[in-house]
Amino acid sequence: MLHSLSIGELCNALVRKEISSVELTRHYLARIERLNPALNALITVTADEALAGAAEADRRRAAGEKGPLLGIPLIHKDIFCTDGVRTSCGSRMLDNFIAPYDATVVTRLKAAGAVMLAKANMDEFAMGSSNETSYYGPVKNPWDTRKVPGGSSGGSAAATAARLAPFATGTDTGGSIRQPAALTGVTGLKPTYGRVSRYGMVAFASSLDQAGVFARSAADAAPVLQAMAGFDPRDSTSIDTPVPDYPATLDAPLAGLKIGLLREFFEGLEARNSTLIHDAIEVYRGLGATTVEVSLPHLPLSVPTYYVVAPAECSSNLSRFDGVRFGYRCEKPKDLNDLYERSRGEGFGAEVKRRIMTGTYVLSAGYFDAYYLKAQKVRRLITDEFRAAFAQVDLLIGPTTPTPAFDIGAKMDDPVTMYLNDIYTIGANLAGLPGMSLPCGFIDGLPMGLQLIGPHFSEAKLLNAAHRFQQETGWHKHTPGGYEP
Amino acid sequence: MTEWEIVIGLEIHAQLATRSKIFSGSATAYGAPPNSQANLVDLAYPGVLPVLNAEAVRMAVKFGLSINAEVARRSVFARKNYFYPDLPKGYQISQYELPIVKTGSLAIVLEDGTVKTIGVTRAHLEEDAGKSLHEGLAHASGIDLNRAGTPLLEIVSEPDLRSAKDAVAYMKKMHTLVRYLEICDGNMQEGSFRCDANVSVRPRGREKFGTRVEIKNLNSFRFVEKAIQYEAARQIELLESGGTVVQETRLYDSDKHETRSMRSKEEANDYRYFPDPDLLPVQIDEPFIAAVRATLPELPDDKAARFTREFALSAYDAGVLSASRELGAYFEAVVAGVGAAAAQRDNAHAKLAANWVMGELSSALNRDNLEIGASRVTPEALAGLLLRIIDGTISGKIAKDVFEAMWSEGKPADAIIEAKGLKQITDSGAIEGVIDSVIAANPRQLADYRSGKDKLFGFFVGQVMKATDGKANPAQLNELLKRKLGGAS
Repeated sequence: MLHSLSIGELCNALVRKEISSVELTRHYLARIERLNPALNALITVTADEALAGAAEADRRRAAGEKGPLLGIPLIHKDIFCTDGVRTSCGSRMLDNFIAPYDATVVTRLKAAGAVMLAKANMDEFAMGSSNETSYYGPVKNPWDTRKVPGGSSGGSAAATAARLAPFATGTDTGGSIRQPAALTGVTGLKPTYGRVSRYGMVAFASSLDQAGVFARSAADAAPVLQAMAGFDPRDSTSIDTPVPDYPATLDAPLAGLKIGLLREFFEGLEARNSTLIHDAIEVYRGLGATTVEVSLPHLPLSVPTYYVVAPAECSSNLSRFDGVRFGYRCEKPKDLNDLYERSRGEGFGAEVKRRIMTGTYVLSAGYFDAYYLKAQKVRRLITDEFRAAFAQVDLLIGPTTPTPAFDIGAKMDDPVTMYLNDIYTIGANLAGLPGMSLPCGFIDGLPMGLQLIGPHFSEAKLLNAAHRFQQETGWHKHTPGGYEP
Repeated sequence: MTEWEIVIGLEIHAQLATRSKIFSGSATAYGAPPNSQANLVDLAYPGVLPVLNAEAVRMAVKFGLSINAEVARRSVFARKNYFYPDLPKGYQISQYELPIVKTGSLAIVLEDGTVKTIGVTRAHLEEDAGKSLHEGLAHASGIDLNRAGTPLLEIVSEPDLRSAKDAVAYMKKMHTLVRYLEICDGNMQEGSFRCDANVSVRPRGREKFGTRVEIKNLNSFRFVEKAIQYEAARQIELLESGGTVVQETRLYDSDKHETRSMRSKEEANDYRYFPDPDLLPVQIDEPFIAAVRATLPELPDDKAARFTREFALSAYDAGVLSASRELGAYFEAVVAGVGAAAAQRDNAHAKLAANWVMGELSSALNRDNLEIGASRVTPEALAGLLLRIIDGTISGKIAKDVFEAMWSEGKPADAIIEAKGLKQITDSGAIEGVIDSVIAANPRQLADYRSGKDKLFGFFVGQVMKATDGKANPAQLNELLKRKLGGAS
């Protein structure tokens, strides 16, 4: 079936005119219509725009244009502004917001000929680890619809796992690509901070947010990152450094690769999880890699550090949602304060409010030094420790999450337990490092992720290491029951 | 009675004359229809990001160099968080702990002529807010975001100013400076140059400062003077009657000539400043600074010193003529015009040029409300007129009439002198003839003069000038008249 094919296979079929992009798009739209209602992975389906985009891609290909994504459908996380299409960010606040412009990520993928099918569900303003904070309701995990898909890019992950699109975009502020990729059994890539433009991505925590990819394999993720990456003069934090040819080095041998085992990741790791990771390490040894244990003593502080820095930035970033120029406005405001209080009080959900309050508190006079400044210092220490580690090793390896997907509703009343889901992923965000999650086995029938973290701008090496692993293991080929063929 | 000392520090906001905004590509022109110069970045749409305008950085560095300040090699933009409808992001991007310009100074001339150096604590870049509009809208407020994101340089002085007049002198000097540097148009009506004044009083001799009050948004030199005078008097009266000054922000009402409380320290916002993660620290290196330094014009103090040195002008004249680059250039062009034609350079010629530029020319400009660049008499034409005074063709008095004609008719001095027959009478015989007839017609005055009434000399000068339509050469007339009245034939 068409939805079983990789991006490379689809591209070949398009080149050989065995299928058209319009046919491919219709196939996926039909799947969405049939399968999404049970998953709630999507907020807005853009069928008309998709078919028009597919027809345009077919014209471009007929005119001689080539490209690995030309005519390939995708789903965008609903955090990316899409011109003329609702961009809700999973919030009541933006339920009525039609973006008047395209995010740079959207522009670049459009230019590469990718065809947007839909906008994916997500935790409200990307704040959450289970996709339960969405105004549009929780997303269900295709492996077990009683389970969460992870978050915040839960819709993108579930849609990719359920074969509702060949690939999807996501964003990762504290693990929001890698954690849901792990919990849904797909390949997730969070690039180096600054590798992909943040312009047009609704900001959560500006110094941590980074756009990335959900795909079924590293080989599929490579051309997608190729299209997304690069300097953008509209994002001052995007970095002007050349983009390597990611697909070209996928097959490079791994002999001599030095892999660091992060001591802090293995301490207290649940036995079955530990077994999966150690099995994966054996695969790498078999490929010629050597391993060495490394330690980042401050890494255990990454969760509390993150939960100071991220809320601080979010409390300021979300101030623009004031009911004045766009988005939700309360009924009949009495005066200015009433307009602010009710628009924000009614427009934002509980988790967003919790983080705005936390952030406002840590930035307040008298608390700034004790919280924000101290968190920045710890962040610097963690960054330095990662740098020291990468002086010894090429990549770090460990689990993506402590557990497989949990039940919907299980952790909603306990924010701290919920926050601990990101214990293994947050470090890479604090240090701005690229990271990937790859399927590496199952616990109780639910997929688990192997995490790879590399030094800044090592995406080519990560994709190479992930691809070689996937050629050896095939864990990424497992598909949730009912979604294949 | 306690003798009180007034202590003032000013925060001047100079709008930088960049074509586009500090963090977006929107135009900054004044007076456009509301919200026609506000793009998605200015409107703070979800997902947009700021990009720093390099020209604003260049201008700030130029300013820093002009006041001999330290230009920070690394400065950081921070967010100042508060909610207001004219602040679309809910925060203002400003510089807080690490400003781009640190510790400089500016010399001002006090009323008594002494020079005082005023410390400049810092100058930092920030964006302006928009405007709330309340007029002409029933039961609603409008928001115009054209001004939102306009680059401002906030220049903070030390509390070194000791009177309202000091404060005005400092502000005027800054006004002159920013226009010299061409980093601000200085238009105060449009709000391009405005200030907040921090005012406190203390018993003279005491070291500790009194509690200060901030007066917001003063947009004319007169308001600065009046507001400070009012506020200092209010504080002194309060203290003398046993009260205490409360730290607060006040607004000056120019109609009622008073300051009114806006908000107290307790009500002040906690702005929750933190570094803006959307912008990188501004890194400035030596080559950049050297390149900016190369664009510095001659500064007002240097120009005034040169005028004193080169032309032997008084400090006052030099100060007036260097008040703007255009005025200084005009003056120098007149001097050059005169010097080129005159056989030798003469400081008296420069003094003559200075008097004319500050006198007749300035009044004509004021009368017609023209800037110096739009003068109806070019510096070359004015030099042509002055040359006719210097060579004795016309008297200074006649020259004023010629100038008026030049102003209204736009013709050169020589053409007007020729056409109106204003050429001075320098023929001694002709002047003697007129003197003789004047003396003959006034025998009584002659007798009085000869009996000691020296003052009547002026009467005879007047009569002769009247008879010659003012064209008699004054020096010759004086000499001949003195001889004749003395009895010589």
